[in-house]
Amino acid sequence: MKPNTAQITTLKIDGHDCGARSDETILDVAQENNIFIPTLCHIDGLQDIGACRLCLVEIKGSNKLLPACVTRVQEGMEVTTNSPRLQHYRKAILEMLFSERNHICSVCVSNGHCELQWLAEQLGLTHISVPYLHPKLEVDASNRRFVADHNRCILCTRCVRVCDEIEGAHTWDLYGRGVDTRVVSDLKQPWGESESCTGCGKCVHVCPTGALVEKGRSAGEMTKRGQFLPYLTLMREERQ
Amino acid sequence: MTLDELRELAETEREKQTQVKHEIHVCTAAACLSQRSDQVKASLEAEIKAHGKEDCCKVKGVGCMGLCAAGPLVSDESNGRLYQNVRPADENTDTKEIVASLESEPVERLSLSPELPFFKEQKKIVLENSGKIDPERIEDYICAGGYEALLTALTEMRPLEVIEQITKSGLRGRGGAGYPTGLKWSTVAKASPHNGAKYVICNGDEGDPGAFMDRSVLESDPQRVLEGMAIAAYAVGANRGFIYVRAEYPLAIKRLKIAIKQAETMGLLGANIADTTFSFKIELRLGAGAFVCGEETALIASVEGKRGNPRPRPPYPAQEGLWNAPTLINNVETFANVAPIIRNGGAWYAAIGTEKSKGTKVFALAGRVANTGLIEIPMGMPLRHVIYQLGGGIPDNRRFKAAQTGGPSGGCIPEEYLDMPVDYESLASVGSIMGSGGLIVMDETSCMPDVAKYFMDFCCTESCGKCIPCRVGTVHMHNLLSRITAGEATPEDLALLERLCDVVRNTSLCGLGQSAPNPVATTLKYFRKEYIDHIHHKRCTAGVCEGLARPGKDDKPKGKPAEVTA
Repeated sequence: MKPNTAQITTLKIDGHDCGARSDETILDVAQENNIFIPTLCHIDGLQDIGACRLCLVEIKGSNKLLPACVTRVQEGMEVTTNSPRLQHYRKAILEMLFSERNHICSVCVSNGHCELQWLAEQLGLTHISVPYLHPKLEVDASNRRFVADHNRCILCTRCVRVCDEIEGAHTWDLYGRGVDTRVVSDLKQPWGESESCTGCGKCVHVCPTGALVEKGRSAGEMTKRGQFLPYLTLMREERQ
Repeated sequence: MTLDELRELAETEREKQTQVKHEIHVCTAAACLSQRSDQVKASLEAEIKAHGKEDCCKVKGVGCMGLCAAGPLVSDESNGRLYQNVRPADENTDTKEIVASLESEPVERLSLSPELPFFKEQKKIVLENSGKIDPERIEDYICAGGYEALLTALTEMRPLEVIEQITKSGLRGRGGAGYPTGLKWSTVAKASPHNGAKYVICNGDEGDPGAFMDRSVLESDPQRVLEGMAIAAYAVGANRGFIYVRAEYPLAIKRLKIAIKQAETMGLLGANIADTTFSFKIELRLGAGAFVCGEETALIASVEGKRGNPRPRPPYPAQEGLWNAPTLINNVETFANVAPIIRNGGAWYAAIGTEKSKGTKVFALAGRVANTGLIEIPMGMPLRHVIYQLGGGIPDNRRFKAAQTGGPSGGCIPEEYLDMPVDYESLASVGSIMGSGGLIVMDETSCMPDVAKYFMDFCCTESCGKCIPCRVGTVHMHNLLSRITAGEATPEDLALLERLCDVVRNTSLCGLGQSAPNPVATTLKYFRKEYIDHIHHKRCTAGVCEGLARPGKDDKPKGKPAEVTA
């Protein structure tokens, strides 16, 4: 275990006084105190990248919105996690996500177990006001046990990070730029032909949507179990 | 090499140069080279040889002289003559005439007056050697006083004193954001090294459409950037530096390589510079060409060999940068300002410019203006003066419409602000930015929604794709602008466009996304009528958008009329 040099600070989140270690993020502290901040790219146990922008919060004294997952707490900080302004932006971001690829829940194997779908419900998103871009993307079913459907991918890179940081295989990576960015296995080879993939399935279980799923599951059966990461990390640290 | 040896070398070089009666300078920077200035140089040399004047005449390839529109440029240093549009021998007799007239009257038809406001009104600090020295010879740079500042700093100043001078100068980051350079340096100086290391990075990833300042500085005077970096490294306590240049700048890269090698050979870079304990090594890193890599955290990722994606700040690079070590990252032009500030003192620099924007700024003057090229002006010069005096006004008696500054992160400034001084605050107050110094002049033949579409197209193809608002928002904005310029948009589309401007600006991860809406927002603010014309009247006043009515040319608007719902 690393020596703990962090200081203890106190801050206010949505008016609640919270105690925190100075090396914690706003999101950590909010979750400890049962304050809900929506996230998609964050998952406990992986490094945060601040990419999905859903966890943006307001901090008193600053007009700039900051991502709760990578912003460290500071003594006396006053955080607002839910305001009309934040709701407006979160909805707008979700709308963009829904417009980017194909997220038609009724024909998705993860229907009912999808974090994107769940967030839309939570934030009261009933329809979107931007046009659908609906690109035609391939479905990679070359792997014996899993399927990668790029139409459902939201590029949160949880799969990329879990494969790199936890499994140590680094099978997944990103290819391309902007809206043409794709998650690829190895050097853009079919997943089934990947030599680095260990078939551990961690990527499937951290994937928030129906982009990575197990074969042979029917819609509604494809539940994800992404809670193993903090446990794995803890076990490893203790062993060292 | 010690300071005395350096001065001695400068003296010998100066003597050598005074023995040449006519030193003919030929611009060998990219713009003039594209006009075959290397051939011009070769034919001038051949002509001099043919006349047997090798003893008294010398041809020297130099950096950019500024007025790219009239290139290739040739100057005779001995009598201050300047020639424009000089063609090589296989095209014309230009070079023959120039050599033949060395002792007599100048060649009238090629002459360009050095008294033009374009030359006279500039104040050159960054570009003081540009067009005067041979960028591929370190001796030339030393002869012009090069490396004196570095050696003085190393032998006579403590690092804190160096930072003090930079702070006093009021220099602000020339990459665009205008962050106080002295403050940045002192932050890095105070940060404790990580694994014993701190780094200095020079950001030469210039990617704005219409901007070529950094390229020109690197091509014309690479040693100055190295010297600035070395002084910075000494001040902040770094021993290793990187220059990040995009691979599309082959000439800049070639000259940087030569410059680094020469400086190392002379002991001005490398281990124990000037017999002091200070060592500094500079390496080149070539960028594959991504606009986002100009963003400091993305640039650092790229130098580390990773995908050039930005990461949230804080921690800032000054705290945790390259390989988690404190990193000083400045733009090419910022580093190019350092040596003169140390040489002349911070107060000297602070006396130039405005209250909050000190010194000079290099601009790439482009677009609908007579004298396109590179200029360096004191901060605070009115925009009108820049465009009409230095720039020589708008060709074909057309009317000025807008000046675009800051590239895709900047905005369009309309005619009503022409008398505004060019400085960080004034530009920001009208919704634009200084940026790295691109200045594109537009006249009535430019359609503003089309201009906005162009920049949005750039932004969505250059977005790294990491954060959603920038990755998807810019695409939607581009699509909406395409609909507007095609005459297919509805008033709702305009409302959506404005909403997206706000979302993308406020929620994007890095500067690229946060500033991407600027060209749209400023054109919407100042040229809203044109948007309305496109949407409601299916009319493009500038006559740019195909399929739409042009006033005076088509009587009836084409395309479907707007469907107004709700």
